[in-house]
Amino acid sequence: MALIQPDPTFYPSAREAMLAPREELAYVALLDAAGQGRPDALATIDLSDGSITSVNDMPVAGDELHHFGWNVCSAALCPYAPHPHVERRYLVLPGLRSSRIYVFDVKDDPRRPRLVKTIEPETIFEKTGYSRPHTVHCGTDAIYVSALGNVDGDAPGGVFTLDHDTFEPKGRWEADRGPQELHYDFWWHLGHDTMITSEWGTPNQIEAGPSLDLLVGRKYGHRLHVWDLTKRRHLQEIDLGDQHQMALELRPAHDPTKTHGFVNTVVNVEDLSANIFTWYHEDGAWKAVKTITIPAEPAEADLLPEPLKQFGAVPPLVTDISLTLDDRILLVSCWGTGELKAYDVSDPLAPRETGSVRIGGIARRDPHPAAPGRALNGGPQMVETSRDGRRVYFTNSLYRSWDDVFYPDGISSWLAKVDIADDGSLSLDPAFFVDFAADGRRAHQIRLQGGDSSSDSFCFP
Amino acid sequence: MDLTSVLILVGLGAFHGLNPAMGWLFAVALGLQERSRAAVLRALPPIVLGHAGSVLITLALVSAARLATPPKAVSYGVAAVVCGFGVWRIARRRHPRWVGMKVTWWQLAGWSFLMATAHGAGLMVLPITLRGGYGAATLASQSLLATAVHTLAMISTITVLALVVYERLGVAVLRKAWFNLDLAWAVALIGAGAFAAFS
Repeated sequence: MALIQPDPTFYPSAREAMLAPREELAYVALLDAAGQGRPDALATIDLSDGSITSVNDMPVAGDELHHFGWNVCSAALCPYAPHPHVERRYLVLPGLRSSRIYVFDVKDDPRRPRLVKTIEPETIFEKTGYSRPHTVHCGTDAIYVSALGNVDGDAPGGVFTLDHDTFEPKGRWEADRGPQELHYDFWWHLGHDTMITSEWGTPNQIEAGPSLDLLVGRKYGHRLHVWDLTKRRHLQEIDLGDQHQMALELRPAHDPTKTHGFVNTVVNVEDLSANIFTWYHEDGAWKAVKTITIPAEPAEADLLPEPLKQFGAVPPLVTDISLTLDDRILLVSCWGTGELKAYDVSDPLAPRETGSVRIGGIARRDPHPAAPGRALNGGPQMVETSRDGRRVYFTNSLYRSWDDVFYPDGISSWLAKVDIADDGSLSLDPAFFVDFAADGRRAHQIRLQGGDSSSDSFCFP
Repeated sequence: MDLTSVLILVGLGAFHGLNPAMGWLFAVALGLQERSRAAVLRALPPIVLGHAGSVLITLALVSAARLATPPKAVSYGVAAVVCGFGVWRIARRRHPRWVGMKVTWWQLAGWSFLMATAHGAGLMVLPITLRGGYGAATLASQSLLATAVHTLAMISTITVLALVVYERLGVAVLRKAWFNLDLAWAVALIGAGAFAAFS
């Protein structure tokens, strides 16, 4: 049913979205790692005390839920395709392993989402030619979904769209993909009709776990692709350097007048560092420059899993980043070393570190202040920032077959929270720790009720 | 054309102009993107031209039909089409997809033409023009006059709105003040269709 006034969670600009009321609930994807036929789940967390209010199991097992998103968001206010009276009420959950997509309704009881639609893998294969859906973003004219590969698990991966109202797959998004083959994340500069996409690897390259051969051969992705968002055409490729393996999360500035953004590369095969690149538009061309390098940390071999023993060091493995809605603070997850870092990126070409907290980590196993004696594994991974840029929530699981290589003792999952101070420094909230050990499944993507720092895009500055 | 007709045409022009989806919001967005009031004003002429073009073409097509068809048939035909369009507007929500934020003058005019046509702007104006005389010259001048009056009201409305929102209110006003006009629009279409049937 259409609303009379715009959905109250839509904001014309990121600036206004920062004034939104504080989030009360979080939705978290839970991944079954045991592989004994237990399905994944969508958990709902009460953020006032960190209690789990509901856990919705999927109808079948084996989905590997990844970066889910909303049916609509503030992009619905964009002036060229306005539909502001549609409700933000559905979460669209892609199964990365199964290629199944679920739609949950959170309106009737936000604490207990209800499954309302399932899109079967065959439908996605048939309508789009893609498989392994990964990331969902609400766009100005449709729901956009990235896919890591074709039906056979090979290149090319790409983007397809779902109808806003019916959720039916509408087909491949690309009209002309140019040289693009590998795919991972996508997002856009709405003010400049530009889409950016990144590269991880094909399903066949990643599903069995990280391959040392592929890494040493520099076969994982290391490029960005720039697209004309309205014409759906590839415009330009930016090679970050093939030593920088796996270019993942894209965080364009939320202000649509700006033309810069940030991407993380997971591991530099020459020195095991992780890096952040800033892309920007200059003299009619898109460019990227390395702006943050996080070095590997030496560690004793007996603390390390098999593939890392030979190096005597822990790679930071930066796997997710988050940009506050004022485009000021960049949060960086170091899943390997067990650190969450904050940088002031007011000058996007010269980030300045402002904060850090330690929790988990391959070698360190730092505890949470809620349980000082308990060693934790996993590390800060999926990271989500509140709309006001004050609170950051993060979980500790990456992807089942990769978890098992870097944390072979089996990740015990948790969700933690840090507060960001005015100066950009970070502090772990000692009273907030959601422990999924009793459930046994692993927490991945987080979405905050009403929107967060990676859910909405804006057409007004 | 009598005073009532003129007032109705002015009213419909203002009603169309008021709708953010008819263009003033696009002008504000383009102004904010460039941080320039001149960019707001630059966007208005193509938006108005596209809208006026849509209305004029609708009226011209029906005028041509009136030259060849008995008046009652035209009235009932118009009534059926306009009412039907109103019902269709209630039944179906669409997401237009054509341009983005980087638009040329002609793209903006084309966008406005499509938005006006898709919303049935010309159809809503149409029944008012069915009351006049016959003959090619009369019909042509009547269509032009009706379009002109409608367009003047529309341009005044969108200019004032775009400037007030750009300069004073800010786009945050949308969060509360962007009322869903779809239903009102559909009801207006059905009303206009009924008017055509009885005139």
